[in-house]
Amino acid sequence: MTLFLSLLLNGLSLGALYALIALGFSVIFKASEVVSFMHGSLLLFGAYTTARLAADLPFGVAVLLGIGLTAGVGLLVERLLINRLRGSSVISLAILTIGVDIILVTELTRRIGSDILNMPAPWGGDVIRIGDVGITTNRAYAMLVAAVLIALFFAAFRFSDWGVAMRANAEDGETAALMGIKPGRVSALAWVVGAGLAAVAGLFLVGSPTPGVAPGIQAVALRAFPAAILGGLDSTGGALVGGLIIGLAESFASGYQDQILFLGRGFGDVVPYVVMILVLLVRPSGLFGTRELTRV
Amino acid sequence: MLEVEDLRVTYGGAVEALRGVTLAVPDGKVVAVLGSNGAGKTTLLRAVSSVLRLHRGRVESGSVTFDGKSLLGKDPSQVVDLGLVQVPEGRRIFSRLTVEENLRAGGMGARDKSAKKAAQQRVYDLFPVLAERRTGRAGLLSGGEQQMLAIGRALMAAPKVLLLDEPSLGLAPRIIGQIGEIIHEINRQGTSVLLVEQNATMALEVADLAYVLDVGEVSLQGDAKELAATDEVQKLYLGHGSDADEVHAVVSTGKTLSRWTA
Ligand SMILES: Nc1ncnc2c1ncn2[C@@H]1O[C@H](COP(=O)(O)OP(=O)(O)OP(=O)(O)O)[C@@H](O)[C@H]1O
Ligand SMILES: [Mg+2]
Repeated sequence: MTLFLSLLLNGLSLGALYALIALGFSVIFKASEVVSFMHGSLLLFGAYTTARLAADLPFGVAVLLGIGLTAGVGLLVERLLINRLRGSSVISLAILTIGVDIILVTELTRRIGSDILNMPAPWGGDVIRIGDVGITTNRAYAMLVAAVLIALFFAAFRFSDWGVAMRANAEDGETAALMGIKPGRVSALAWVVGAGLAAVAGLFLVGSPTPGVAPGIQAVALRAFPAAILGGLDSTGGALVGGLIIGLAESFASGYQDQILFLGRGFGDVVPYVVMILVLLVRPSGLFGTRELTRV
Repeated sequence: MLEVEDLRVTYGGAVEALRGVTLAVPDGKVVAVLGSNGAGKTTLLRAVSSVLRLHRGRVESGSVTFDGKSLLGKDPSQVVDLGLVQVPEGRRIFSRLTVEENLRAGGMGARDKSAKKAAQQRVYDLFPVLAERRTGRAGLLSGGEQQMLAIGRALMAAPKVLLLDEPSLGLAPRIIGQIGEIIHEINRQGTSVLLVEQNATMALEVADLAYVLDVGEVSLQGDAKELAATDEVQKLYLGHGSDADEVHAVVSTGKTLSRWTA
């Protein structure tokens, strides 16, 4: 029972981080019809800049700067590339983001080198215990921050002018344009939000129990991708649910790996994809999606 | 004043949809553009609203100006800012949004909060049913209500010129009559109207001036009441032809309106 509760708690926390990343995917896809494969590098960029800046600046300042700079990279990519190629096929835009991803990751990997770059968070490797159930302080904060950001996101999406413009534009771009809604602005804001959320997730994903900023964490963003797809790529609610499902599935599959050894060692790493495939077999457009990926 | 001069538009570089159209919408007037399927009515409005690009369409020559300023090459949002707002063919309301959110989407360009409030009040006064259904999903409205929402949404931007693309499409005669009255009222409140229609009866009733568009060219123009009395319009668009066979012949060449008796 203790193991179960602990896996549940850690799974929820991990899932909340996946949800942050997946929300970014989803909002970018809705606004600009781009499947962003560069989220891994954005995550790494956010974690890397924050860790580097924190060497000279107070941690809180470094965090805000790191998130801001990552959002800036998102904005830059949207303005310089995506916006100019508006109307190109979904495939070529997706491949474009893969290109940017490779460039960014290569450069960041070179800079990180063989160091182990630690995220100097004030809570370090502390662990919070509730009875016998333990979770690292980092993951506890992650869950809290993610919950607040997700709530803020949904409130903005539902009530703000930005949210209305975003949803109108996603439903019928031409009519939105006829109403004076600027598609470029909607898309730019989506990239800022998507990149910013990735940076926040990156910040926590490189903290305890993970051993620091290493290029490998960009693979984590790849796991948020099945989360977004199984929820339905064009559904923000789906991104949230998908993120939580993937986080929990991964946590349980790793925690109970001795019991499921017949599935092979390291099943926890592939479980996001297995879950995604199972869901897509039953519902090709994802749990809450309205469009199949093949039809976009 | 909105002026279109010798406008030529092609799609994909091949289909010539408008072949030198000239027309004007003087301030404070209702101008009707009649034409059958494929005459180029929607193309004309797309050119004014600067959304041809989304349809791989292009202005080959000619000009579109509003108060002397060229509209060609502007962004759609800039055209809205200048005061020309379109109600697209088929209503195209945002069905997943609520009625209120649809109206908000229409008023997105306006900065001034009090202007937005005033515009919203005007819309709710014109269409009380929209106020009643404020929080409901727009997709659940009836066809007539959806048309009212589409018009209300455009009014949220407080346009100087309202561009209407076949507002009578698919609506019952009684509702079409209501739409006509509403257009009249909107015009009375000071908004010019460019009304594209296949329903000549309603259009010629509310319009001051009218043009007939025939396969990309203006074939007739003039005072709406006078035009309504001419033989051609009587025969082709109002279904009062003296010779039924002749009317039928024109129908079969596809030159007339599909719902000319509506
Ligand atoms: N996106 C497009 N691509 C190619 N040709 C087009 C396109 N849109 C319209 N056309 C062509 O341009 C011509 C004018 O079309 P348009 O839609 O402007 O007519 P319309 O008068 O609005 O007709 P309707 O009454 O059916 O709405 C037609 O021959 C049509 O086939
Ligand atoms: Mg049309």
